[in-house]
Amino acid sequence: MSFVGDWRYHAWMTLLTVVALCGLYAYCRQLVYGLVTTGMTDQVSWGLYIANFTYLVGLAAAAAMLVIPVYVYRNMHLHDVVIFGELLAVAVIIMCLLFVTVDLGRPDRFLHLFQRFNFPISMLTWDVIALNGYLLLNLHICGYLLYSAYCGRTPSKAFYVPFVFIAIVWAVSIHTVTAFLYVGLGGRPFWNSAIIAPRFLASAFAAGPAFIILTLQIVRRFTSHHVGDEALLTLRRIVQVAMIINIFLLGCEVFTEFYTDSAHTASSRYLYVGLHGRGALVPWIWTAIVFDAIATVLLLLPASRALRTLNAACVLAIVGIWIEKGMGLIVPAFIPTPLGEIVEYAPTLNEIMVCVGIWAFGLLLYTVFVRIAVPVLAGELTYKKLYGVKA
Amino acid sequence: MSGSAKAPRDPTSTPQGEPPPGLTRRGFLGKGAAVVAGAAAVAAAVSPLRRLAPGDVPSIEKLLQKHYKEMTPAERQAALDCIARAVEARYRLRPNVQDPPPLDGVEFVYALNISRCIGCRKCVYACVKENNQSRSPQIQYIRVLKMDKGSIDVETSDHHYYPPVVPEHENYYMPVQCHQCKKPPCVKVCPVEATWQEPDGITVIDYDWCIGCRYCEAACPYWARRFNFAEPSLPADEVNPDMSYLSNRPRTKGVMEKCTFCLHRTRRGQLPACVEVCPTGSRKFGNVLDPESDVSYILRQKRVFILKEDVGTLPRFFYYFDERGSRYHEPMAPAEQGGEK
Repeated sequence: MSFVGDWRYHAWMTLLTVVALCGLYAYCRQLVYGLVTTGMTDQVSWGLYIANFTYLVGLAAAAAMLVIPVYVYRNMHLHDVVIFGELLAVAVIIMCLLFVTVDLGRPDRFLHLFQRFNFPISMLTWDVIALNGYLLLNLHICGYLLYSAYCGRTPSKAFYVPFVFIAIVWAVSIHTVTAFLYVGLGGRPFWNSAIIAPRFLASAFAAGPAFIILTLQIVRRFTSHHVGDEALLTLRRIVQVAMIINIFLLGCEVFTEFYTDSAHTASSRYLYVGLHGRGALVPWIWTAIVFDAIATVLLLLPASRALRTLNAACVLAIVGIWIEKGMGLIVPAFIPTPLGEIVEYAPTLNEIMVCVGIWAFGLLLYTVFVRIAVPVLAGELTYKKLYGVKA
Repeated sequence: MSGSAKAPRDPTSTPQGEPPPGLTRRGFLGKGAAVVAGAAAVAAAVSPLRRLAPGDVPSIEKLLQKHYKEMTPAERQAALDCIARAVEARYRLRPNVQDPPPLDGVEFVYALNISRCIGCRKCVYACVKENNQSRSPQIQYIRVLKMDKGSIDVETSDHHYYPPVVPEHENYYMPVQCHQCKKPPCVKVCPVEATWQEPDGITVIDYDWCIGCRYCEAACPYWARRFNFAEPSLPADEVNPDMSYLSNRPRTKGVMEKCTFCLHRTRRGQLPACVEVCPTGSRKFGNVLDPESDVSYILRQKRVFILKEDVGTLPRFFYYFDERGSRYHEPMAPAEQGGEK
């Protein structure tokens, strides 16, 4: 099934495969030469990999924003599309796990996690549980719903609705735990702030549904699956509110840092205005803020009920939050170092290739999921039709 | 899964009921070519792996090796032998690989006199030599900060001073290395317990257990941990053959390392290399549980402070300064007696 489609589908899949293989090539180089192939140093010891990881955890958590309206508020507009959010969560969590794996210096030793698991002391072990648990929950929910449709049965609520509600809480937990990974470090004042976790959630619930708005239109365009405009507009309202909260929390943080103007704000100064003449991140963060601001204004205007404007706002929000959550949150915490040294960070080509490769692989996975899910849900691909009535 | 595509734009879908197209010659060749091209692409993608050094692929022995704390004495000896063989094969010399245990009734602390330190960095290089650090890229455990007088704010410090002669008169110097904290955040965050605090207060790393996530490096408020971003390079004629499992044996790429107070020396009654080399006597080291030791005297008598007390990690590394002036005065009553009313 996943190999069948028209030329555009083939071209898309070939492109993704080629890019993913380029990423694999770059990763093999990294395995041979070590993480020296990245732009990371002892001064800035986490970079683009962990930045992407952080952003994607938010994207995965956003599946909850489709689930809550349907299962809690009985909003039926989203009912038919909720599974695309859950499938997205599966693909994105796999990407998250890949981003963590490529960041390891000794991936060959990851089994050590099973032998001496520093739980509950290390927040990283909490994150391992949160992410893998979320992956399993969503695999179960999607798998069960698709399997039922494949068999032509009505899914039994007892087998998935409880898990749907667990997954809602779990979605909040994956992003909270990921925030705590950073927040709990007393030696990094830039991270050591209670607002990080709420900001994570707000930005995730803006960028995630924005991504899903775009995805659903692609699904609608290229498959027979029905996606109503009402579904997109419901999501628009979610992005709207989340964006406002996100901007508000950003403002709270900026005020606290700059009005206080204590010695602990060096990283923030580096990020927003530059420090001692160094400011590689300044253009990035201001781009993000401008994008976020334009997206928020667009979303507030009635004009964004038109899909074209809505899409523009979504793209701006996705890119803006990617910069803000990625480069804007991870890298500045390392600059200056705890000993006051300023060493800037720029990713290398090899590192970027690995990242792009993982993105391509994730999109490839998601395309395959959607490619299979659409006909199964439409009742066009069932066990009966494949193997005849007798079987 | 093929032959029953349902997408409406799908040109290859076959009508229901008709048998799926069998293997025609043309179809076979087309599919075969696709499979070959795919396999070639995957092979090209993984081709850099051919350049993996033999030591990069872990041996069965290494894969089955347990966590340091779980080893039986025999297994520990086997691990030491394994290290010795690897060193011999690589550097053509027979090392003396030991595993000295922590001594009872000993808790090591370090004291550094900032009124004496002249910022010569002899400690930095003695440490590199003693602990078999990689020379390229060079890994150093000690960072000497040139400080402005009147401030202990590290953010105004200079890490890269290269004057012809030290000390420079407008500055003082503050060397920083692992503070061997009593509440070490690096130990707390490690997901696999590859780093821990020994009974004598030294935080160590099992280089064979570390997965290289660098969470400890992010957690350390003193920037004391170093990561092997590349395969360490160490000239054979500069190898220090006196090694121990938890300190200065050669590391591999992809793992963390840090100062261990030279435990292969200090647990046998010697001083750390940085203390021994210091030309000004600024560095003092010893057992704080022994009231007769230098460090006990310093902690009792000198004006001692710790760096970044606010992060609350309780370092075992103390800075102190000579009290000029005060000791030349006779004791006198303070200006005000009693508390505030």
